Amino acid sequence: MEAKEIIFYLLAALTLGSGLLAVTARKIFRAAIFLLFSLIGIAGFYFWLQYEFIAAVQIVVYVGGIVVLIIFSIFLTQQAGTDLPNPPLRRIIFSALAALFGLIFSWMLISQHPFKPGAESPVAVSVANIGSMMLNVNDTGYALPFELVSILLLAAMVGCIVIAIKSRTETAN
Amino acid sequence: MWSLSSITDIVQTWLGSTFNPTIALLLQFVMAGLLVITLFAVLGLVLVFMERKVSAYMQVRIGPNRVGPRGYLQTAADTLKLLMKEGLVPAGADKFLFNLAPYVVMISAMLLMAPIAFAKDFQMWDLNIGVLYVSSVSSIAVIGILMAGWSSNNKYSLLGAMRSGAQIVSYELSAGLSIISIVILVGSLKISDIIASQQDGWWIFKGHIPAIIAFVIFLIAVTAETNRAPFDLAEAESELTAGFHTEYSGMRFALFFLAEYANIFIVCAIGATLFLGGWMPFHIGNLQAFNHIMDYIPSSIWFFGKTFFLIFVIMWFRWTFPRLRIDQLLNLEWKYLLPISMFNVLLVTIMAIMKWHF
Repeated sequence: MEAKEIIFYLLAALTLGSGLLAVTARKIFRAAIFLLFSLIGIAGFYFWLQYEFIAAVQIVVYVGGIVVLIIFSIFLTQQAGTDLPNPPLRRIIFSALAALFGLIFSWMLISQHPFKPGAESPVAVSVANIGSMMLNVNDTGYALPFELVSILLLAAMVGCIVIAIKSRTETAN
Repeated sequence: MWSLSSITDIVQTWLGSTFNPTIALLLQFVMAGLLVITLFAVLGLVLVFMERKVSAYMQVRIGPNRVGPRGYLQTAADTLKLLMKEGLVPAGADKFLFNLAPYVVMISAMLLMAPIAFAKDFQMWDLNIGVLYVSSVSSIAVIGILMAGWSSNNKYSLLGAMRSGAQIVSYELSAGLSIISIVILVGSLKISDIIASQQDGWWIFKGHIPAIIAFVIFLIAVTAETNRAPFDLAEAESELTAGFHTEYSGMRFALFFLAEYANIFIVCAIGATLFLGGWMPFHIGNLQAFNHIMDYIPSSIWFFGKTFFLIFVIMWFRWTFPRLRIDQLLNLEWKYLLPISMFNVLLVTIMAIMKWHF
């Protein structure tokens, strides 16, 4: 086996194993930590594929942002030390079925794809390329979706401020 | 002339000619790992001693002076003491996460060593997103701190971890924005490109006042990100006993301690690379004669000199400023540093478009 295959299987074991543990862990904080390892494993795959930019964004967004947010909400809301109660059997069966159908569905999609290397050379994913694609107004550019997403984010931020702001009358009391 | 890069080239060709590629790669991994661990051990010894001497100097004391000649072996003795101590795990702790936490902090520090250029052509991984990699991987450390605080099953630890999380997440923004202002001037995220662009002068001189503002904000933000005084609210020994590592003892505590100093070294190395030219000697424009004289000083000495100067500045902060309160800390970031650095990024962008920098 070559080094790249060994690394692939190690990453796959990390991602799948910690993903499984994240679902089955009895303590909610442990589940969050296993989810973190699973996401780091996916970032490792991106590094392995030499898509460094996406890998770094995966770590920034998921590890530095979303998992920290999850952990904070666990700290503030849950009695984090106690074990979660066992879910009812019905819920276990249906979630297992949902996961199984998801797996079958994606397997059928993947198996239709031949995965042959194309004739054209792979696109260089430098940061400069990504930037010029995002702000390009030509047919190949993504300026409109980019701007739409930024307006959506702005609206979400304004919404957060509106929810979090204290009204004057409340503070006076 | 002998240089670090020629040594690595010799090792590389020898490995390539002796073993098959897989084993050669594995041996290279092992060697890089051993070198990083050795560097960490040496850094721990040197920086702790330096901190104690600097603090003593600031407070008009002598500092450690009993163990070894002029106290030089003090930190070696401290390390031995920590190795001999029993590592206790509290009864109510989540043992798995409690044991894992110091390693998460340590591993994130080790990963950050990869893109740092220690000397000319002496770098483990010159990846094309250099500084983005640094700011993304450094965010893994906060998970280790949160893990340590929660799994200790101790209110002080939990409070320390919460404070540390809030602090690191918010100061990451201004650190990132001040890094971006240099990236705008260079036009690349790659560490080697950033250093090469400072061939005719370091960015702190070439970038006029905006670069200096970015440098100051970077220093403040990284001091907060490494949880050091005046921003050491996560530990705050007078309020929280020791914050997130209250329950840690022996070798696990030593790992947290070592990771703190390793992180200081890393952020100072990044600061030196971005603003002070990394291993690039002090060059002034096109003064060929002067530049050639400066080139005679080896590049590794330039790198470590700049890095240790920045480390000294951060230690200087620690021993001269009083600790901030949590509300003051968050006000400083969200009401002052963040607006200033956003405006500064705009200024830098205008400067880069109009080519006003040298």
